[in-house]
Amino acid sequence: MYLCAQFSKDMQNDNKTIIEINNVSKFFGDKTALDHINLSIRKGEFVTILGPSGCGKTTLLRLIAGFQTASEGNICISGKEITQTPPHRRPVNTVFQKYALFPHLNVYDNIAFGLKLKKMPKQDMTRKVKAALKMVGMTDYEYRDVDSLSGGQQQRVAIARAIVNEPEVLLLDEPLAALDLKMRKDMQMELKEMHKRLGITFVYVTHDQEEALTLSDTIVVMSEGKIQQIGTPTDIYNEPINAFVADFIGESNILNGTMVKDKLVRFCGQEFECVDEGFGENAPVDVVIRPEDLYIFPVSDRAQLRGVVQSCIFKGVHYEMAVMCADYEIIVQDYHAFEVGSEVGLLVKPFDIHIMKKERTCNVFEGKVKDATHVEFLGCEFECAPIPSEKIPENGQPVRIEVDFDKVILQDDAEDGMLTGEVKFILYKGNHYHLTVLSDWDENVFVDTNDVWDDSDRVGITIRPQDIRVIV
Amino acid sequence: MQTYLWVLLLLLYAPIAIIIIYSFTESKVLGNWTGFSLKLYGSLLNTNAHHSLMNACINTVAIAVIAATVSTLLGSIAAIGIFNLKARNRKAMGFVNTIPILNGDIITGISLFLLFVSLGITQGFTTVVLAHITFCTPYVVLSVLPRLKQMNPNLYEAALDLGATPMQALWKVIIPEIRPGMISGFILALTISIDDFAVTVFTIGNQGLETLSTYIYADARKGGLTPELRPLSAIIFIVILVTLIVLNLRTDKKKQLQSQKTK
Amino acid sequence: MNKLQLFFASRKSWTLPYLIFSVIFVIIPLLLIVVYAFTDDGGHLTLDNFRKFFDHPEAMNTFIYSIGIAILTTIGCILLGYPAAWILSRSKSSYSKTIIMLFILPMWVNILVRTLATVALFDFFQLPLGEGALIFGMIYNFIPFMIYPIYNTLQKMDSSYIEAAQDLGANSYQVFWKVVFPLSMPGIVSGIMMVFMPTISTFAIAELLTMNNIKLFGTTIQENINNSLWNYGAALSLIMLFLIAATSLFSSDEKSETEKGGGLW
Repeated sequence: MYLCAQFSKDMQNDNKTIIEINNVSKFFGDKTALDHINLSIRKGEFVTILGPSGCGKTTLLRLIAGFQTASEGNICISGKEITQTPPHRRPVNTVFQKYALFPHLNVYDNIAFGLKLKKMPKQDMTRKVKAALKMVGMTDYEYRDVDSLSGGQQQRVAIARAIVNEPEVLLLDEPLAALDLKMRKDMQMELKEMHKRLGITFVYVTHDQEEALTLSDTIVVMSEGKIQQIGTPTDIYNEPINAFVADFIGESNILNGTMVKDKLVRFCGQEFECVDEGFGENAPVDVVIRPEDLYIFPVSDRAQLRGVVQSCIFKGVHYEMAVMCADYEIIVQDYHAFEVGSEVGLLVKPFDIHIMKKERTCNVFEGKVKDATHVEFLGCEFECAPIPSEKIPENGQPVRIEVDFDKVILQDDAEDGMLTGEVKFILYKGNHYHLTVLSDWDENVFVDTNDVWDDSDRVGITIRPQDIRVIV
Repeated sequence: MQTYLWVLLLLLYAPIAIIIIYSFTESKVLGNWTGFSLKLYGSLLNTNAHHSLMNACINTVAIAVIAATVSTLLGSIAAIGIFNLKARNRKAMGFVNTIPILNGDIITGISLFLLFVSLGITQGFTTVVLAHITFCTPYVVLSVLPRLKQMNPNLYEAALDLGATPMQALWKVIIPEIRPGMISGFILALTISIDDFAVTVFTIGNQGLETLSTYIYADARKGGLTPELRPLSAIIFIVILVTLIVLNLRTDKKKQLQSQKTK
Repeated sequence: MNKLQLFFASRKSWTLPYLIFSVIFVIIPLLLIVVYAFTDDGGHLTLDNFRKFFDHPEAMNTFIYSIGIAILTTIGCILLGYPAAWILSRSKSSYSKTIIMLFILPMWVNILVRTLATVALFDFFQLPLGEGALIFGMIYNFIPFMIYPIYNTLQKMDSSYIEAAQDLGANSYQVFWKVVFPLSMPGIVSGIMMVFMPTISTFAIAELLTMNNIKLFGTTIQENINNSLWNYGAALSLIMLFLIAATSLFSSDEKSETEKGGGLW
């Protein structure tokens, strides 16, 4: 409540914020769907919440709509706290993923549903419904059965049904997901147009990064119940904040690197000039280079990297080539094709090299020492290298356990591992894969491997005794 | 809210409870308690004493098993055929299939009765079985068809593609896919066959054949219920109750195991 | 491949055995009812059987009375069954499955035994047998057939419809009457089919529940057949068939409006 009061005060200063989400978490049983979300949305903005399936984006939208209530934190719309308000008293309307048009009502009655509940006079109602239909380009469809409409038409009716109530915020839950590509492109343009004409706030949920880039004023990238980055499409694309965002938005080469000093980074065995600073000296970093930012040409002195073309695919406008430079596979897009097997040079401009601080350099777990050769973490007991007796903490105090990414062994047969998990996220780093494996203990284990795994593979996880570092 | 359900259930089970309670007393009339006794159970199990009741029981089961088996075969084959028909024929066949369900027992019974007398067939065991097959098969078809609809349409072709003959494809691919539908169809057929009264009455003839239903009906018309029917009903009810509980627990356990595995 | 193999390779032809069976045991018998209804003992065409029905107030009255009882039973089943189905559809699925099981379980006890037990129940509480007992017995026998299809439609109903209604400003009362209830119509219609039709055509149950005081139309038909008045019995059956056809036409119309399923099977 305090936060909201605070927020109302802010409202007077800045009359633009319409939705304020403060420290909101949502738990389903012991699963965390949303983890301390803070987000404020300005009036009239087109905000897209973008993320892979299961990242919590739909849950966030449903909390705003009121179909679910937050476990923690609060949500304000137009300065009013609405965390516990039932959906029918909120100034928002939703366009559902599968439209949810009432099959027992025709187009007119579907659109008039909300107005009838408000007991609006018949004439006004008819006028408004007609206007809404016109807005979505469905004039003369009033008395059609909703089941007789195509997917795109149903979508338009669903939008009309929501906007006819003149909500302050329109929530859209992957509204285009069920349409085919061509239709989707058309509808994207129309939605953008509609947003301009209506002037209301749109909160749009999607997993389609291209859709997000096309439509939004602001993109909120989410993963695993957390907001990863908030920014304009250009910001998000050009300055991804971490490897996840870089990988999720557009295509990228993501490589391990070392920041030698300010404005000098080392990767692929070469040193490169860049524009980033403030990482310290010899700091491990992730380096992101977009495929279209690399110049490819026959080998010459200008080449920063030399490599051999491994594959070349025509993608409609450009060619996409995989170039093997020393040990690293680098993806390059260019209008010119280079033959497979030909030797090429690559060059990248300093400001096209994006440096991101590594979130972690090895796995860190909290554990307990069982005896001189056994520790317990991730809900399992592991054998470890002998711990000097003077270093064993008394009465089972927690210790820090470190395991390097490349020392975690994954097994095909989940039964073979000491514990099991599921592959959640795969990042290709040029010469190896960086996997995020969610163990059954609900803690992430990060793994570097040369083996190819698929999303949601069940794997066994094994760590050899000598690879477990116990830090007291 | 939940109490409403329990009150409703209590009402539903009250008559059954009464039957079970009064199966433990000797009284000839239901509702008259003359002290606890297991005599009715004893005389029920003594087949000689109640030859006709046991006979009726055996007939009922025999008719149900034969009718359910035949309708499961006939209905499953028909379902595969119907599924492969063109839309218009499928609709027509679907309509024919629902006729016995819509008609209600009495119309089915009378129409079959007229058929048998017109053909001059003496009614008896065979006619009852035929009649039961008539009203059981539609339910089998209706249980199997949804399984076929859910089936990936390419499965059959995939089997052929991998070198199976049409017959092998049927046995190794289609039958396993529709088996749950066949099983539930069989159980459904068994149940409605055992419970049937109206159709049986019209097709059983007058050769002295009796099923449980006709036996009870004749009994009731005479003004009373053979006391041994109480323990019999109680036993049938308890057996079914236990079977269902065991089946449910087993599937629950299986599900639990599966969910544990996937977790 | 010989001709026979070719024939069976096409799975369409698998319909054939059942088609032949249905023609012999479903379609021809129904036609026989029509034939018998329009002929006399000697096999001559006549309308006498129908004339007899319309001239005899007794049969006519039984017919109308039976429809009345069937309507009351159906309404009773909806009023008692809908809330049960609604509560069940809101409960956890493992729990509601068990309860549904419990509702269906009494069906395995022979219908006549169940009816006699109802009689015993009325005796036990010293309630008079008669119309009240008849309707109670009918509802008792048929309510599971109402609960199950309604529960099915309610359970399958996409929760986004409810959410959409809330989103558009409906409170829980309005959500129910404007969305949930209309969308559960297919279930109600299947329930009506499953309850109304068998109720009209039952016989024996009514006699047992009313000490032979009340006769329903099913009994009238059966008595005529038993007394070898086959032609008249067939005519009465045909009248009932018309009623059944009319009801099912009405309900299939209702159903095709929202072909979202429901149904008992």
